Amino acid sequence: MNKDRFYKFILSSSVVVLIALVAVILVLLVENSLMSIKEFSYTMFTKNEWDPVQKSFLLISMPFALFLALFLGEYNTSGYIHNFVKSCVELLAGIPSLIYGFWGLFIFVPMIRDAQMYFGVIPYGVGLLTATLILAIMITPYSASLAQEVIRLVPRDLKEASYALGATRLETIRRIIIPYALSGLFAGVLLSLGRALGETMAVTMVIGNSNFIPKDLFSPANTMSSIIANEFTEATDPLHLSALIEIALILFVTTSVINLLGKYIIKKMVIK
Amino acid sequence: MENPILKLKNFNVYYDDVRVVNNIDINFEKNKITAIMGPSGCGKTTLLRAINRMHDFTPNARVEGEILLDNEDLNQMDAINVRRKIGMVFQRPNPFPTMSIYDNVISGYKLNGIKLKKAEQDEIVENSLTKSALWKEVKDTLHKRGSFLSGGQQQRLCIARTLAMKPEIILLDEPTSALDPIATQFIEELFLDLKKEVTLILVTHNMSQAARISNDTAFLYLGDLVEFGKTKRMFTTPENKRTEEYLIGKIG
Repeated sequence: MNKDRFYKFILSSSVVVLIALVAVILVLLVENSLMSIKEFSYTMFTKNEWDPVQKSFLLISMPFALFLALFLGEYNTSGYIHNFVKSCVELLAGIPSLIYGFWGLFIFVPMIRDAQMYFGVIPYGVGLLTATLILAIMITPYSASLAQEVIRLVPRDLKEASYALGATRLETIRRIIIPYALSGLFAGVLLSLGRALGETMAVTMVIGNSNFIPKDLFSPANTMSSIIANEFTEATDPLHLSALIEIALILFVTTSVINLLGKYIIKKMVIK
Repeated sequence: MENPILKLKNFNVYYDDVRVVNNIDINFEKNKITAIMGPSGCGKTTLLRAINRMHDFTPNARVEGEILLDNEDLNQMDAINVRRKIGMVFQRPNPFPTMSIYDNVISGYKLNGIKLKKAEQDEIVENSLTKSALWKEVKDTLHKRGSFLSGGQQQRLCIARTLAMKPEIILLDEPTSALDPIATQFIEELFLDLKKEVTLILVTHNMSQAARISNDTAFLYLGDLVEFGKTKRMFTTPENKRTEEYLIGKIG
C-alpha cells in the first residue's frame, strides 16, 4: 500500500512538473513581452515588418503526403515495400532540420537563383519560395504518417461494402475512404501547420531574413521563429528583446491553438 | 436440380498453402434460398466470398476450380461486373455513415460513376426500400444520415442498397447474427419474399435459421462439403453421420 502511494506520488509529481513547465513558459513570455505590447500595442504585425506569411507550403506538401498515406494505408498495408517506404518516411521525419537547411542552401538556392534569372527578378536565391519548398519537404513525412493513421481508421466493413457493390479501388478511395477520413485529414493538416510554424533552423537558413512584408514569392522574408533565431543574440535594447519575446508568445499561442484544435478533431473522429 | 444459376466444380480456396475449402461441387438453384451451414472455421464464409471474388483483395488467398454463373466462367469475367451481378450483405450492418439514407440506396450507382436522372434515382430508391420493407419507416427521413436507424433497419438499408443494383444473386454472410430476435424474424420473412426475384445464398451458423427459411442446405465441415440436398430431407433424415451429429449438437 505504501509502495503504491509512493509510485503514485512519483507519477503525479511528474505530471505537475509538466503542467508547471507550460505555465512557466507562458508566464515568462507574457511578462517579458509586456513592454513591447505597451509600446506598439497590437499593430506590430499588421503595420510593419514582421509578417508570418508561410502557408503556401501546404499546397505543395499535402497532395504528396496524401498520396503517400494512401499508398501506405490502403494499397500496401504490409510486406517489404510497405516497410521500406514506411522506414523512409520515418527516416525523413527524423533528420535534424539543420541538415534540411544545408540541403536547401546547396540544392534549392542555386535552382531558385536560375529561375529568378530566367524570370528577370533579382536573383537572391534565398527567400520565401525556397523556404516554402524546404518546409514542404520537411513536413511531408509528418503529415503522411498522420494521414496514414487516419486512413487506417476507416472500417474494413465500409470498404468491403463498397467493393461488393462493384466499386473499383479508386472509386472506393474517392467516395468512401476520403469522405470518411476527411475530418481526420483536416486535423492532420492543422497539426502539420502547427509544426511548420514553429520550424526554425532550416527556414532561417534559406529565407533571406528581410523584415519587410514580401512582395512576391521570390522575395526574402522572415518567419516568426527565424526572426527570433537571427536577432536574439544582437538584441541589446530591452525593447527589442521584449518585442522578440512578444513574437515568441504569439508563436506559442498560435501553435498551441492549432495543435489543440487538430487533436480535438482527431479525437472526435476516433470516438465516432 | 432443375434450374441452377450458379455452379461450382472442383472448387478449392487456399490461404497460402493451407486449403480451407476442399474440392467442392455444388449447384445453387435460381430463385431459391440455399443455406450454407457449419461450425465456425468450416470455410463457409471463405466459400461465400470466393463467389463474388472478394478474395481478390486478400493477397495470400488463391482460388482453384470452376464457378459458372449462367454457364459463364466467373473467374474469367471482370471482377467489377461479377460484383454488380452478385450482391453481398454482411454480418454487421454497414451503411455508409457519410451518406444519407437516399444516397446509401443509390450508392452502388454513384460508386460506379453511373449517372441517372433524378426521376430514375427516385424510382430506384423507392423500389428498393419498398422491397426491403423499409420504405414506410424512412420515407420522411430519406435525406438524413442512416446512423440513427436501429440495427435491423440498418441491415434492411444494406439489403436495399444491394437490391438497387438489380443483382441476380445476393450473398448473405450471417446477416442476422448481430441482430435481436425480432429484427431477425422480420429479415427472415423479407428473404422469403425476395427469393421471388433473386437467388439467395445464406451463410449461417444458426441451423434453425437454415431450417426455417432455406430450400436447400449445404453442410460444410472442416472445408469439406459433407452433405447437400433439400433442407427438409436433410433435417429429417440426414444421410451422413457427421451431418446427423451436427444437427443433434454432438459436433460444432
